[in-house]
Amino acid sequence: MSESASGTINYLSHDKSIKSWLLTLDHKRIGIMYLIAVSLAFLAGGILALLVRIELMAPGETIMSADAYNQAFTLHAVLMIFTFIIPAVPAVMGNFVLPLQIGAKDVAFPRLNLASFYIYVLGALIALGALLVGRVDGGWTFYTPYSTSVGDGILFVTTGVFVMGFSSILTGLNFIVTVHKMRAPGLTWNRLPLFIWSIYATAIVQVLATPVIGITMLLLFLEKFLHIGIFDPALGGDPVLFQHFFWFYSHPAVYIMILPAFGIVSDLMGTFSRHQVSGYKFVALSSVAIAFLGFLVWGHHMFVSGQSATSSVVFSLITYLIGIPTGVKVINWVSTMYKGSVQLKTPMLYAIAFLFTFSIGGFTGIMLGVLAIDIHLHDTYFVVAHFHYVMMGGNVIAALGGLHYWWPKMTGKMFNEKLGKIAAGLVFFGFNLTFFPQFIMGAQGMPRRYYDYLPEFQGYHLLSTYGSWVLGAGLFLILGYLIASLVNGKKAGLNPWGALTLEWTHTTTPPHPHNFLETPIVTRGAYDFHLAKDLFASGEEVSEVVTSTTH
Amino acid sequence: MANPHSDHPAHLQHHFVSSEQQFDAAKMGMWLFLVTEILLFSGMFVAYIVYRTWHPEVFAKSAELLNPFLGGLNTIVLLASSFTVALGIHYAQKDNKKGLVINLVLTFLFALTFLVVKYFEYTAKFEHGVFPGAAFDPHGVSHGVDYATYNIPYARQFFSIYFVMTGIHGFHVLVGMGLFTWITIRALKGEFSSAYYTPVENCGLYWHLVDIIWIFLFPLLYLI
Repeated sequence: MSESASGTINYLSHDKSIKSWLLTLDHKRIGIMYLIAVSLAFLAGGILALLVRIELMAPGETIMSADAYNQAFTLHAVLMIFTFIIPAVPAVMGNFVLPLQIGAKDVAFPRLNLASFYIYVLGALIALGALLVGRVDGGWTFYTPYSTSVGDGILFVTTGVFVMGFSSILTGLNFIVTVHKMRAPGLTWNRLPLFIWSIYATAIVQVLATPVIGITMLLLFLEKFLHIGIFDPALGGDPVLFQHFFWFYSHPAVYIMILPAFGIVSDLMGTFSRHQVSGYKFVALSSVAIAFLGFLVWGHHMFVSGQSATSSVVFSLITYLIGIPTGVKVINWVSTMYKGSVQLKTPMLYAIAFLFTFSIGGFTGIMLGVLAIDIHLHDTYFVVAHFHYVMMGGNVIAALGGLHYWWPKMTGKMFNEKLGKIAAGLVFFGFNLTFFPQFIMGAQGMPRRYYDYLPEFQGYHLLSTYGSWVLGAGLFLILGYLIASLVNGKKAGLNPWGALTLEWTHTTTPPHPHNFLETPIVTRGAYDFHLAKDLFASGEEVSEVVTSTTH
Repeated sequence: MANPHSDHPAHLQHHFVSSEQQFDAAKMGMWLFLVTEILLFSGMFVAYIVYRTWHPEVFAKSAELLNPFLGGLNTIVLLASSFTVALGIHYAQKDNKKGLVINLVLTFLFALTFLVVKYFEYTAKFEHGVFPGAAFDPHGVSHGVDYATYNIPYARQFFSIYFVMTGIHGFHVLVGMGLFTWITIRALKGEFSSAYYTPVENCGLYWHLVDIIWIFLFPLLYLI
């Protein structure tokens, strides 16, 4: 590579042709392509959510038929789970940030990385093909025999999920090998940023759980297509067996969604508290513990499905155990803020919002793990509220924090901080207004997925729908100022947040196509602010470090 | 720099520091992939165990329709192919191009033999209405076996599981043949040597897995 251009060349500017994007092997560009793709999926799923909420503003038919409503919430769930939330953080931020944070030039298998992007796109298109042939019904869980008895759309959706599973596996496989084999000299496991630890734990779950949803989708496809009689009770099959198969993947998949969020929040807590993340090793290993325990709790989705009482007791107990590593994280994040000097920049607002919303999601999860309480609450809006507090209040809010945090690094532009804070407030307020009333009406007996309901629930439904508008406004505001920042945003400095991880301290903004001109040599941990006082001694912050390593 | 490969071997990709790092990464990636393959098949093994536990007599009777001679022949064929592929890797490490190519071709031929035998097994079933799923309707008499007596409840599950498991396994054999074609062409071009034989090693690992899955399928489906 030529030294003369090192000051100006970056991964966005070095070749601007469409072909150079579509065939890129650069993990950063693949991350950006994923960002665009999953944002479109989020937009589509979000619009469906708004429509579902409008329909539920009043009992009876409001804007769509019962049949259309069933399809809308099913498609909302399928899009949000399989095309948005599972790839969102690992594939977007994992791809962009992971090699940078470990001081590597790229992931271990760049071609496989590009392939996994196109496999994802292909799978998503196949799943959407269901819309062309007719009904998709029965929710994202595809429980038999209902799923195999309504419409042929299920054939497309199962194929799409099967294909997207490969994408998820290949991404996870790539990341595990990359973290093991590509770390920069001096970057020991105990010095890794916590984002890497959590992406690593996520990747383990992706690799070990996803093949099982693959075979489940294949068998479900064959059940619908050939009537093989494994899952369909009318043919001698067992629907509970399907539920075991399904949740053996789909419960660990919940940790594919939430573990990367933990990683982002850990990074944000360290950086914006200007302090070593408390209990670093515990926070790191708790991700691995959660990944492990996550494989042993799938039965808590089936307390009322007819599994044996003994199984239920065991699954309930292990479900409580997950609360321990999760609690370790929350306590250490709070303690980091307590000991540090908190800077309330937009990304940090999301991290703090996450603490609040995720804690509610986590606690209500423990409640649902209690056998007796679950009998009352299962299949009500309480469950809907719980998993939205984890998925949206956990993953999406953390992902927004991560997006704001790494936006300057990705684009070289600063967003409008003031609008950022307003949007964070709208998202936080709108989110809680949407989903908190659902806890109350769920506890009072409002069943989930119902098209119609008793008039006494209307007040809660109205609050929830109004909340969805506030939330939607907040999200559109974010979209607006982020796009505006590309046009007229202030140029981002090398390290606008004063972070210590390699993507901020050892490369340019936006990064060079090969990430680092010289392989970084790591001499301290990711949050050792006490060892990095020199970086902040002068007003120049870390620009000196960068220039000294690029010569 | 006029020649971007002037300072390192041609097989070394730019984002790796050394050939060792590249080899280790590729091998670790392959092992992880094999883990996912095992989990993919484990779903089907679970289905097999569940239905066998519930309906042991039906499974024992249905298995009579499978031909243990052809299954055993295919077991020997696959074991032989595992030997030849291991020998191929050995020759690659010894810079013996001829030995490598011969053994890769032999492996390919063994894989082909396996699928030909499988083809005859499948068609013998299909002729008598033994299909996976709704088309399952055993009928007719052949070699003194009255297929109609196998039309019993849950026999459909046995044959569905049989066709799904052996079908997906057969698909893996087909993929293996594609891989060996690709590797053989590269070997003929002289791309492999003791310094670089990663793709040969990884295809060998994949092939051993395909083999070992059959080692489990054969007794479970044909013998017990």
